[in-house]
Amino acid sequence: MNPTQEYLKLVTRRQFFRNCGTGLGTLALASLLNRNLLAAAADPGATTDPTLPRPPHFAPKAKNVIYLHMAGAPSQLDLLDHKPKLNELDGQRVPESLIQGERFAFIKGVPRVLGSPHSFARHGRSGQEISSALPHLAEIADDICIIRSMRTDQFNHAPAQLFVHTGSARLGRPSLGSWVSYGLGTECRDLPGFVVLVSGKNGPDGGTSLWGSGFLPTVHQGVQMRSKGDPVLFLSNPDGMDRALRRQTLDTLEMLNREAFQRVGDPEIVTRIAQFEMAYRMQASVPELMDLSREPASVHELYGSEPGKSGFANNCLLARRLVEKGVRFVQLYHWGWDSHGDIKENDLRYGMVDRCRETDRPAAALVKDLKQRGLLDQTLVIWGGEFGRTPMNEARNKDGWIGRDHHPHAFSIWMAGGGIKPGITYGSTDELGYFVAENPVHVHDLQATILHCLGLEHTKLTYRFQGRDFRLTDVHGEVVKGVLA
Amino acid sequence: MKFLKLPLAAATLALATDLAGADFARDIEPILIKRCSECHGPDQQKAGLRLDSRAAALKGGKSGKPALVAGRPDESELFRRVITPDPDDVMPPKGYRLKPDEIARLRAWIEAGAEWPETDPRKHWAFVKPVRPAVPVVKRTQWVRNPIDAFVLARLEREGLEPSPPAPRRTLIRRLTLDLTGLPPTPAEVDAFLADRSPGAYERLVERLLASPHYGEKWARHWLDAARYADTNGYEKDQPRTIWPYRDWVIHAFNRDLPFDRFTLDQLAGDLLPGATPEQVIATGFLRNSMFNEEGGVDPEQFRVDSIVDRVDTIGKAFLGLTIACAQCHSHKYDPISQREYYQFFAFLNNDDEPDFEVLTAEQRAKRQAILEQVATLEREAMTRDAGLADRLARWERDATEPAGEWFVLPPDDWHGQPGIKLERMSDHSLIALAHNPGEATYVVTFRPPLAHLTALKLEAIPHPNQRAGGPGRSENGNFVLSELTATLATHRDDESLEHRLTLTNASASFEQPGFPVTAAIDGTVTNRTGWAIDAGPHRRGQPHQAVFQFAQPLTVPTNLVLRLKFEQKYGGAHVLGRFRLHATTAASPPPADRVPPAVRAILAKPVAERTPAEQLAVFSHYRTTDPQFAELNRQIDSLLAQWPTGPRTLVLTNRVEDRRVTRIFARGDFRQPTEPVAPGFPAVLLPSEPPPTLARAGQREVAGGGDVAADHAETGREDHAGPGNRLDLARWIVSPENPLTARVIMNRVWQTYFGEGLVTTPEDFGTRAEPPSHPELLDWLATEFMHQGWSFKAMHRLIVNSATYRQSSRVSPPLLERDPYNRLLARAARFRVEAEGVRDIALAASGLLSRKIGGPSIFPPIPDGVMSLAYGAPMEWKVSPGDDKYRRGLYVFWKRTVPYPGLSVFDAPTADFACVRRVKSNTPLQALTTLNDAVFHEAAQALALRIVREGGDSDHARLNLAFRLCTGRPPDAVERERVRRFLTEQRAYFENRTAAAVRVASTDPAQPPPDVNLHAVAAWTMVARTLLNLDETLTRE
Repeated sequence: MNPTQEYLKLVTRRQFFRNCGTGLGTLALASLLNRNLLAAAADPGATTDPTLPRPPHFAPKAKNVIYLHMAGAPSQLDLLDHKPKLNELDGQRVPESLIQGERFAFIKGVPRVLGSPHSFARHGRSGQEISSALPHLAEIADDICIIRSMRTDQFNHAPAQLFVHTGSARLGRPSLGSWVSYGLGTECRDLPGFVVLVSGKNGPDGGTSLWGSGFLPTVHQGVQMRSKGDPVLFLSNPDGMDRALRRQTLDTLEMLNREAFQRVGDPEIVTRIAQFEMAYRMQASVPELMDLSREPASVHELYGSEPGKSGFANNCLLARRLVEKGVRFVQLYHWGWDSHGDIKENDLRYGMVDRCRETDRPAAALVKDLKQRGLLDQTLVIWGGEFGRTPMNEARNKDGWIGRDHHPHAFSIWMAGGGIKPGITYGSTDELGYFVAENPVHVHDLQATILHCLGLEHTKLTYRFQGRDFRLTDVHGEVVKGVLA
Repeated sequence: MKFLKLPLAAATLALATDLAGADFARDIEPILIKRCSECHGPDQQKAGLRLDSRAAALKGGKSGKPALVAGRPDESELFRRVITPDPDDVMPPKGYRLKPDEIARLRAWIEAGAEWPETDPRKHWAFVKPVRPAVPVVKRTQWVRNPIDAFVLARLEREGLEPSPPAPRRTLIRRLTLDLTGLPPTPAEVDAFLADRSPGAYERLVERLLASPHYGEKWARHWLDAARYADTNGYEKDQPRTIWPYRDWVIHAFNRDLPFDRFTLDQLAGDLLPGATPEQVIATGFLRNSMFNEEGGVDPEQFRVDSIVDRVDTIGKAFLGLTIACAQCHSHKYDPISQREYYQFFAFLNNDDEPDFEVLTAEQRAKRQAILEQVATLEREAMTRDAGLADRLARWERDATEPAGEWFVLPPDDWHGQPGIKLERMSDHSLIALAHNPGEATYVVTFRPPLAHLTALKLEAIPHPNQRAGGPGRSENGNFVLSELTATLATHRDDESLEHRLTLTNASASFEQPGFPVTAAIDGTVTNRTGWAIDAGPHRRGQPHQAVFQFAQPLTVPTNLVLRLKFEQKYGGAHVLGRFRLHATTAASPPPADRVPPAVRAILAKPVAERTPAEQLAVFSHYRTTDPQFAELNRQIDSLLAQWPTGPRTLVLTNRVEDRRVTRIFARGDFRQPTEPVAPGFPAVLLPSEPPPTLARAGQREVAGGGDVAADHAETGREDHAGPGNRLDLARWIVSPENPLTARVIMNRVWQTYFGEGLVTTPEDFGTRAEPPSHPELLDWLATEFMHQGWSFKAMHRLIVNSATYRQSSRVSPPLLERDPYNRLLARAARFRVEAEGVRDIALAASGLLSRKIGGPSIFPPIPDGVMSLAYGAPMEWKVSPGDDKYRRGLYVFWKRTVPYPGLSVFDAPTADFACVRRVKSNTPLQALTTLNDAVFHEAAQALALRIVREGGDSDHARLNLAFRLCTGRPPDAVERERVRRFLTEQRAYFENRTAAAVRVASTDPAQPPPDVNLHAVAAWTMVARTLLNLDETLTRE
């Protein structure tokens, strides 16, 4: 038997075998197999359209991801990790032994314990403990899994955000979303597979590198959709030019390019024609997507969104619309959680409460909305920051504002949806919330777990660069089985 | 579609070439390493099986079945498992299946006896010095223009392939002009070349282009990728930095064809060369292109270490094609580089300071010299004219004796800076502030003074090369404003409630900037306006200063208490102390601060009679500032000094003198876990087993014109037997003819630029895991030729572009595409989309907007609103460059690392976060949106339309010719002409009755539409221009 034929037959069978009942449309699967496998036989990773859907390593639980990153690092001790001991010891100096050899970003000398100004209560049938600052989250307590035992290696914003999203504190590695795009491709043919939405007064500290593709092909990088100006850069036709003119231009361009292809035979020309067509489709699909005016009032009531405005609420609603269209990875950033207590805007009783007000209702609405549409099962939602905050008051200016410094040893996040066990709290911290006490979840473990929910084995999702097979989790990471449904 | 065509092609090629009998190193070992060694190698032996030696493979694993039976693939478990249809049994269990050609190679290899030579990584082809190969004999000799062709043709003849015919001359001039200058040829240049039918026309064209100043811009851009050049610091703050003088140095280095060995020495160690010129110092910006993190609260050491890690990585990629960075945390998995060797390499780069260096033009340097001479002349005149001077001077000297009293250094006990500033202690007990520089700062330092009855404190502000402008302050010009200094006695180093405030009085200072007297620092008011500052004007910066503060009552600090000093610095603009040290005295009448500069003080120590005229002048130069009789002279001199020219300050490196660092191996690569110390050294695998005498003179060239590198070495007088020690040694080793990698790596990248892919397809990795070169002999020939040619880039460009290989057509027939989809055999020229900068440059050049100015500060083209606000913190001011500057080449666009210019980054311009030696060439819808709609491209379409209408004659025919020629270098063929003419007709019809739309489409600023033209026509032509600027051919180098 011809080895090529034999090989293709085997691979095809094997892939079908693996993908039975994964939730992917069978038709889509069949077509992608035809297109991709032939090419893969020649040289995987080269020359095929790298955004075409690819089969996962094993049956996935989730198809899409919505990651709500709270930039600046929300205080776990005031939101998700209840520590009555802090209120008991409020104002007392911590033992020097606790902070021996510790590196803090801003705290000087021997700091004092800071009790939380917010109360906690148990919610839902699961009885999850949630702060009074997050009343809407309390309503979905039974749908979420709270992880109280997160840990990271970094305690400055930009490196820590890079660490969460790229697995490395240095700039230049591919981001989580681009790894997923690389691993799975996208089923949506008129929108990018990895979309980024940013709200808050500032962008995240790590900049566009947080959704960069690093050494992966640039088609996998996150495309930022903006609520002001062009939703995607250069989406609008120049002034005075309407869609009909654009169509005529593209038709002429295509004819000329096609003739060039006949002449010189370079297949890259065919790809270019296709990309101009995709651009044309995006010109219609993106504005339609961004137009929230057709959403019913009840939906806006749920999210707190408002057509024509910008902000986290609108972005949460957009995130739902994006996953409905099949966009693989939607990344939200909302800035302003850096609660040092150096000014009122960073005080746990003022600035942080404002952040909660901006985000709590929309984030909870997103989970409710996905659930009622039957999308939560196949959509993984993650909420969290880049590190935690200290159990001690930073007291930088001694002017009475209260706040907490950066803290890498323990923080909390929540997850919901595809593949995640709902209504549980996983892991715990010590009495002061200083260190993880049980079931530590390192950032690399979280990344491995996210990939796992998508049917990707984190040790196998690799890209050869500089003579080494790189992966999101570097040489670390273990799937956190305890949070899986 | 292309992806339907490829699989058979690749398989056919592989089968055709390799079935004759597989070579272990070339065909088999890469499969075993890539697909088997992770689970069956030195680190892991799943199922007890190892596949990294023949003996182990013959033995097999736990199953007892041999993995390998020589001559019998069907009995070899290794083979059986890769072909089995059983999904549970098949190997490898993850990733893709072995490719058919890999399976075929394995079978052929086992059938032929499974030859498995013992491998020594030292013998890896890339680690063995290239030997000049004989030029092969070929059949079709008339095709061969130079040895390159012989190597290429020999392979083609072996494969039974023919080279492609030469490309048409129109294609050749566009290809050459784009390749050598990055710009498209003008229609006039094309006409001149087509008209020149005399012999040597092509070669003359090559010479013209190599002599073009735009050659340096094009080739500098490639090098700047490897140098990770950017205009900001990276990370959260991502502040602007000035390092464009380095970028300009690279451009000029290419234009003057600086030999690559000198090019290397200057960039890695220009400052260490004897008699280093300012240009050589500027060149060290290469290493300074690392990012650094100025975020609040960061540990400066963490990011300093990161920057050295980046430099090691960059040198590995840019010069050595070696992934040495892999050995940071553990010994390299595939290449013979140990973790110790990594830190030995690191040690070469670990003892530098990082100053900014003022760049002056020749005129500015002359002007400074002239000012100094004028001042000296005025002073000499005054000295001779003034009869009473000698007496007054002697009296002053008597009075100006050094203030008596002994000062003791106060070692700080504890210190911190707010907000988020980490002060570091130096060995002389001074404190230095690095990294985060928030504008205002408060430092709190505590002391446990060992002596009783302290009467005064002396604050020393000390310059340091790592501060802006050399310090001693952290503002742009090295200044600071000490708003308030308070001293307290404290019980606990952290408890402020029990502090007792001490009164400071009688402040004096070495110098007080007008309006900023030292008394303001103890006036009890903390404002952003008053305080002590020291700037004495641009000609006297970077000097140490001091201030003395007396205690109102002698101070004795009880042993259970501490002296706490608080330095409040509220002026803003980073006017804060960069490095400072405290002294105390117990003298009953404490001496005031010495107002005589240290240099003058040294002269005063000599008897008057022994002073040279220059020393006398120096004394007078200071003295006159204290003597009211010289008020007029001082005024005159001050106004001369006010003309002191200043230049931009660019980032450079200098050898660290104070507090030299000991490099230690970091366990797991973590700087917080230093272990044993190491000295600088080279990876052993790259050293000849017996160091030949040439290594000591590394870098010496083999041909005339060289030799100066070795001469430099002799001048530095280093002890060679003491082993390598500094960056200069590192640089010399890199360009030593004994270094097996450098010349190959550089030639491979040059080749890659012309042919789309290198002879080694992984230009960053020539290690044992890299695919072997497609034409090993050609690569070695190029490498040795490069050195023979005195490391001249232009000589090598000349050779390559004059070859018949380069001149081939890039058209590809379906059979050839199937046979060789990636053009590894070079039976045709490469055809690819130009790089990001080229996309911009072509549009600007075709439209006539392009400004061809070379060098200078980076420019700011228009960007959409809101792009920069993405940056963290205050949005960076992106003020669009005025006039023609916004139409300069892509190379000059300001590069902000965290928000790179969208029009370039979308076309795969690297982020500059780390060294890039191979750009991706992607093809995405966002690119289509950019060239269609970005204001820059639309403006180019409008300008091109105007140009067509104004310069293209009256007929559509003539205008279409011009339009096509400006974009693609050729007139349209009949079919294209017909298509575009039809489109033009549609557009005319559309705009005929839509004047408003026509004005908007035709004018960049609709309020000021272009005069003297028919706007309906220009609008229609704008649509045509836009179409043609978006043609695949326009964006492509054929």
